[in-house]
Amino acid sequence: MGLRDTIFGRTKQVAPKLDNLFALPSAALTLETELDLVPSGQAGLCFKSGSGESTLTTDDDIIQLLNFDQAAAKVTITTDDLGFKWLVISDPDLDSLVTRIHGANTSMVEHGLGPRLLCAVFGFVPKTPPGEGSVRLVYLLKQGTFYPFAPTSASQRDNELELRVRSFIGDDLVMEKDLSRWMALWNVPVS
Amino acid sequence: MAKSKIETDRGLDARMFMTGLALVVLYAIIVTVMVRLGVSTVLVIVIAGALLFSQYYFSDKIAMFSMHAHEVTPQQEPKLHEIVDRLCLLADMKKPRVGVAEIDVPNAFATGRSPSHAVICATRGLMNRLNDEELEAVLAHELSHVAHRDVAVMTIASGVGMLAGLVGRMAMWGAMLSGGDRNSNGNNTALLELATWVISIVIYIIAYLLTMSLSRYRELSADRSGAILIGKPSVLASALVHITGDMGKIPRTDLRHAEAMNAFFFAPALAPGTAASLFSTHPSLEKRLDQLNKLERELNG
Repeated sequence: MGLRDTIFGRTKQVAPKLDNLFALPSAALTLETELDLVPSGQAGLCFKSGSGESTLTTDDDIIQLLNFDQAAAKVTITTDDLGFKWLVISDPDLDSLVTRIHGANTSMVEHGLGPRLLCAVFGFVPKTPPGEGSVRLVYLLKQGTFYPFAPTSASQRDNELELRVRSFIGDDLVMEKDLSRWMALWNVPVS
Repeated sequence: MAKSKIETDRGLDARMFMTGLALVVLYAIIVTVMVRLGVSTVLVIVIAGALLFSQYYFSDKIAMFSMHAHEVTPQQEPKLHEIVDRLCLLADMKKPRVGVAEIDVPNAFATGRSPSHAVICATRGLMNRLNDEELEAVLAHELSHVAHRDVAVMTIASGVGMLAGLVGRMAMWGAMLSGGDRNSNGNNTALLELATWVISIVIYIIAYLLTMSLSRYRELSADRSGAILIGKPSVLASALVHITGDMGKIPRTDLRHAEAMNAFFFAPALAPGTAASLFSTHPSLEKRLDQLNKLERELNG
């Protein structure tokens, strides 16, 4: 924020940073070899529904805008108990999942929803079921950084696993350096 | 001091005694300086005494207020009360009041001017992060602070530093005033008082460092007593690992809750200085874990 914005008390709306997303597939390989975690085939995009900015008033409008080939990927929109909307995309191929999330972001930005976007979440699960717990990789759109989130119950998270994930994929991905920004996402609708 | 089963650590006692002795020597120097100054001795003592006393007397209220903590009943926090009940029976001490601070930072503190006025307080973040056993270990550490009367000890210790600071300020005023009118002796007096000022500041810094190191020794002995009380030093060690360092920084707050007040989130990125361990009131995690490991071996061997 510049001096003038500070004096007049204005906030600039931050545009999402999307470029770092594309490093995810190579990090996923590391996760598989080191921690036995594979993509769950689901990713979600979290945004706050607001009024005024766009003509996208219904969930159908958003799905149409994204113009997905419905056969290849399943797209659903849910509203969580905190009033945030989740666009959940299911696609077994991580590369195409990343492309779709990127595409969804871009079209939402074009339709003026950019400032409303909060984060993207990618699910990772143990390859062999009795392995480690599942991990979500959260991408903070405003910061352009990733962090791991490994919930073990409705209000508990496995910090040890999260830090281990960071130590393995810290070179592949732009990780959020400020640990106090590794906010939880309880009851995230992305598995 | 804590009664009965809790053994003493001779080395720790010796270091604590040396720190205390050094503080007393400093105190003597300050008194000498004040007597030399002559003028405002009584005033200095009255002010410092009153400030210190109120800080000590209202320590429970001040600490609870500044941590946004409130007292809880056994109905509100049955688990917390049950753990404290059990530990007090085990240590044969009076049960303190129990409080909770509704913040996400994992921490706990004990305060109150005497064991009968003590409050032991845990933050919500602490209870969310630790399992029951680890929570018990942290509360045992805080109960040891109560048993050791650490609030009283630290108040007296920090009082010396405060006195030095006050003397320094008085001397500065004196130097400024006498600098105004220059008669034959004025120059000399001003110089003398300037010297007093410099000396008191040096004393203040030394006293501060000594107080901090005394505080670190008290923490180590609370670790020790707490670990012996529950009989499992490794559990306290694991609790420390979970709440300090990187793991303690990862929040439990939901991203969607935090987003609403993002504009007010100004996390000051404090660069860790080289003097961190010298200035901090708590010993480093490694030092604490070392002690607990040693204790674990002693208990098993």
